[in-house]
Amino acid sequence: MEPILTISNLTKKFGYLTAVKELSFTINKGNVYGILGPNGSGKSTTLGIVLNVVNKTSGDFKWFDGNTTTHHALKKVGAIIERPNFYPYMTATQNLKLVCKIKGVDYSKIDEKLEIVGLLERKNSKFSTYSLGMKQRLAIASALLNDPEILILDEPTNGLDPQGIHQIREIIKQIAAKGTTILLASHLLDEVEKVCSHVVVLRKGEKLYSGRVDEMISSHGFFELKCNNQDTLVKLLQNNSVFGKIKVQDTLVTAFLNEPMKSDDFNKFLFENGIILTHLVQRKESLEEQFLQLTDKN
Amino acid sequence: MFRLLNLELQKLLLNRTSKVLIFISFILPFFVILLSSLKINVFGFFTLELGELGIFNFPIIWHLTTFFASQFKFFFAIVVVSMIGNEYSNKTLKQNLIDGLSKKEFILSKFYTIVFFSFISTVLISIISLCIGLYYSSYNEISIIFIETNFLIAYFVKLVGFFSLCLFFGMLVKRSAFALAFLFILYILEWIIFGLFAWKFNSDTAEKIQNFFPLKSMYKLIDQPFQRIAMTKFPDKTNLVYDYAVHSYEIAIVLAWTALFIFLSYRLLKKRDL
Repeated sequence: MEPILTISNLTKKFGYLTAVKELSFTINKGNVYGILGPNGSGKSTTLGIVLNVVNKTSGDFKWFDGNTTTHHALKKVGAIIERPNFYPYMTATQNLKLVCKIKGVDYSKIDEKLEIVGLLERKNSKFSTYSLGMKQRLAIASALLNDPEILILDEPTNGLDPQGIHQIREIIKQIAAKGTTILLASHLLDEVEKVCSHVVVLRKGEKLYSGRVDEMISSHGFFELKCNNQDTLVKLLQNNSVFGKIKVQDTLVTAFLNEPMKSDDFNKFLFENGIILTHLVQRKESLEEQFLQLTDKN
Repeated sequence: MFRLLNLELQKLLLNRTSKVLIFISFILPFFVILLSSLKINVFGFFTLELGELGIFNFPIIWHLTTFFASQFKFFFAIVVVSMIGNEYSNKTLKQNLIDGLSKKEFILSKFYTIVFFSFISTVLISIISLCIGLYYSSYNEISIIFIETNFLIAYFVKLVGFFSLCLFFGMLVKRSAFALAFLFILYILEWIIFGLFAWKFNSDTAEKIQNFFPLKSMYKLIDQPFQRIAMTKFPDKTNLVYDYAVHSYEIAIVLAWTALFIFLSYRLLKKRDL
């Protein structure tokens, strides 16, 4: 696997506050990464450091094989930080031309990328006349201009309406499908769950987890059950070592698995013990539940 | 280098406000000089023709035009501080860096722009002075025409120095209006320090020290020409004699300040978290 970004023991202090503490992780080519963490957990600061706008206090990071300077590496990176920043008095095309000049990209890319984000008809309107959703899409077009090896998105759907969020998400999925590496920082967990294969979880500047999304918590999922004779069911489950915690909430019984079990086997087992279910769902914890467990535990 | 200049020119020339200010700061002085060189008939009472006074004679014309044109530098100073202020308020500075511009390139692109406009201004002023001079001057020998063209060099250095100072203030306070206020404060501060030295020692020493201060050293490059005009009118009055020439040490002082301001701007940006 080809590394794109390697971060080792990165630390950033703002006065007394340590925003990022001894952070290490690696971004490999072709995966979609999410950086998760509550507000103020150091996501944006970390991205700011690797993007050359925030100075690190200690530690190190290297782009690609480590032989390119950050300044040159950034020409192969596309990034959007928080809000779309452009010159309000320039049109979309003029703004993108400026980015082309900085990155050393041919102007012919401009229309191509505006097409992807659906702004081609409005390319000669001034940036100041754009809605927030359009601004954010222009920012994505700008980040894509150089056909980047990695696309970094920091809270790309922040402040957008549902349509805007949906549009941005569709665009991200399209880009990911083409094999571009993506690093997505967000506190919206369903967003990360929908597009990311790997995840880094931060809290107060420290790494809690990094790895595949589905391996984040070693759990075998749980069953959600309903039946007419609840007490018998609960008793039966409690006496079985396959199940750990049993949760009862009104008529809904939630049984957590200690080891893998298929739903058809489980159904058969209950039927043989004289229990007929009216409701059976097998689920794994959502990323949100996993995330909350992970951040609460420590 | 041209890439960086090109970058900054796009930012400036697409902005209407800065376009107007650039126009004012570079075109207006030439109109003023041009108009003043024309014969003006004041309501038929008398004709005012400054050319008759001999102020458009070579070589004094170099001194006069550069002095007057440099008074208009304040308009472009507004452009310089606002080109920094806008980058901060639009957060485009951050975006430029993320897009792959290094901090050094950012400062350089601003500096090249300053040099570029100062150069254009110098070329314009030399052409117009030459034309007016050739028309009015009583002396037309090549050697006399080019004898004091070092005023043009002084003019160029003065502009670059002053705009570099504005650039530094812009980087320091991030807001255009405050940067201009700082410029004014620096002006007052220089006089206060001058006053203190004059009080402690004497005004001669104080003035020698003051000549090293940024604003004063830039002003000193091209001394006021009025006394010199008076000198030519009354050659026998020796108390009018003063040193109006452009000295290489004066240029060196301003160049040193310029280098310092650009370096400090870079240091400031490098140390700052955006």
